[in-house]
Amino acid sequence: MTSQPITEQVVYQRPEALSDVNTHYCPGCTHGVAHRLVAEVIDEMNLRDKAIGVAPVGCSVFMYNYMDFDFVVAAHGRAPAMATGIKRCLPDRFVLTYQGDGDLASIGMAEIVHAATRGENISVIFINNSNYGMTGGQMAPTTLPGQKTTSSPLGRDVEQQGFPIRVSEMLAKLDGASYIVRRSLHDPKNIRQAKKAIRTAFETQVRGLGFSMVELLSICPTNWNLTPVDSMTWLEDHMIPYYPVGDYKVHPAVAEMKI
Amino acid sequence: MARQLMKGNEAVAEAAVRAGLHAYFGYPITPQTELLEYLSRRMPELGRAFVQAESEVAAINMVYGAACTGSRVMTSSSSPGFSLMMEGVSYMAATEIPVVMINVMRGGPGLGNISPSQADYNQSVHGGGHGDYRQIVLTPGSVQESVDLTVLAFDLAEKYRINTVILSDGSIGQMMEPCELPEMQPLRGVSTEPWAITATMGQREHRMLSSIYLKVSDEEKTNIRILNRWRQIEANEVRFKEYYLDDADFAIIGFGSAGRVALTAVRQARAEGIKVGLLRPITVAPFPVQQVAELSKRVQGILVTEMNGGQMLDDVLRIVKGNCPVEFFARLGGVVPFPDEILSEIHRIAKGPLSVDVDPRSAWLDRMAAIVN
Repeated sequence: MTSQPITEQVVYQRPEALSDVNTHYCPGCTHGVAHRLVAEVIDEMNLRDKAIGVAPVGCSVFMYNYMDFDFVVAAHGRAPAMATGIKRCLPDRFVLTYQGDGDLASIGMAEIVHAATRGENISVIFINNSNYGMTGGQMAPTTLPGQKTTSSPLGRDVEQQGFPIRVSEMLAKLDGASYIVRRSLHDPKNIRQAKKAIRTAFETQVRGLGFSMVELLSICPTNWNLTPVDSMTWLEDHMIPYYPVGDYKVHPAVAEMKI
Repeated sequence: MARQLMKGNEAVAEAAVRAGLHAYFGYPITPQTELLEYLSRRMPELGRAFVQAESEVAAINMVYGAACTGSRVMTSSSSPGFSLMMEGVSYMAATEIPVVMINVMRGGPGLGNISPSQADYNQSVHGGGHGDYRQIVLTPGSVQESVDLTVLAFDLAEKYRINTVILSDGSIGQMMEPCELPEMQPLRGVSTEPWAITATMGQREHRMLSSIYLKVSDEEKTNIRILNRWRQIEANEVRFKEYYLDDADFAIIGFGSAGRVALTAVRQARAEGIKVGLLRPITVAPFPVQQVAELSKRVQGILVTEMNGGQMLDDVLRIVKGNCPVEFFARLGGVVPFPDEILSEIHRIAKGPLSVDVDPRSAWLDRMAAIVN
């Protein structure tokens, strides 16, 4: 019996590193996009077998349910310290932290700064959505001046509550950091650029070039009280002017990498 | 192996190295710092991991990560630093992973001072971190015992997947004594424990270690599992030393430095013909409950001596249940008692009268008014 040859080209499928389960994230949340980008890059670089993730405390605390590789869950803000412990014991493994802005820029500020300045050979995905998502939308270190949250109901008053922290710009000043960039997840073009940055960050670690972090501007429709589409517009109109997308630290050895 | 003269802190560090310490994370604090300094030289020399962390909070969380890989890991600190570590201590207990921690206690509360103290007994034995958990607490009374208990601590921590604390103090950490170090154990490769987070390496399903159990029934089961494991530890791992107790009319109970000072006083009292003995718990968790209970049924009185305000005293009272009078003597806040002070207490107790109705802490505080003012 002869059959007609069937040519099939797969153009889109679930990355192997992403488990086939539903997530608990709110509709429209960009954690899903960020998770997928991480999983795609892990697949492309063949890192799944040697990857160890460190989940934070925050909305992405259950990230271990969504990724098909080994995971631990850190105390709030301590993911870079935990990752340091893992990486120092198993230096040939790929170690990744995934942290929100409350976790990384508030309670975990000391841990991220010192992991960066030690040039710890780990990669950090930093989700900046300008509020505490999991606890219901309180003011974060990244909340914009005037932005209303459940703990700054009249809008963030910089006289009383100080100014937002631009984490990428700050960490870029540290000699130990090798790759620090900010990207955004508000449209396909920026998402593609975000993926490229994640790839560069992971390559930085694999090649032993030291500390890498990709800050991803993200939306939080539920706590922003906006539709997902309006949230994307809000991110573009309000967050990007305060948190410009760009490369803040690219060590010459990272810049020379051919990917 | 030949005996050598070593400082307590350095002896513990070398003992840990020889026990196969893979990674150390710590932060400087007196009177523990020599331990960190020693390992800052020794670990890199052997190609092992050493990190001076940015804080005790970071140090314990580095330990947490490293312990999740199934590697032999350790941290050390002193009282105020240990308070900062309580976050990680609770998380590690919940994650059920083996960790060794050395607390070279100093005077407190607060910043306190850098002199020897035993005031972190409750913190180590009865909690400190949040939630229901237990941990093994070993109390050395000499440099040699510090060495031996360090090696034991790693074995116990791994046997039961539990936090294990060496509760030492500034005098044991700082003193120099002859000691015999263990043989160098080879460093183990990547852990093959069925729970260790080592990356799948394409050989197995992915794993996860955490302290989160959002389903309350899972959390309850975890708590019960931890408590049941503790029952096993209570049944199998109680350690203590007895001195002159066979024919004793009176018994002293003291651990670590206080127990050591008490032993000198007991020997002097024995030379005077007073039938007094000493029970020195080595494990204060699990506590030698049975030994204290039996003792309370055959002696005329028990003197608890500590370098704190009677933290172990409360445990002893709970066990003695009025079987015999219990007396208390302590110096605290960084003050170490002299053997003569304990000898005077022995004289007082031997002379009597004693009563089970006296609150030992209250009576001690009244006597202290004459000493401290």
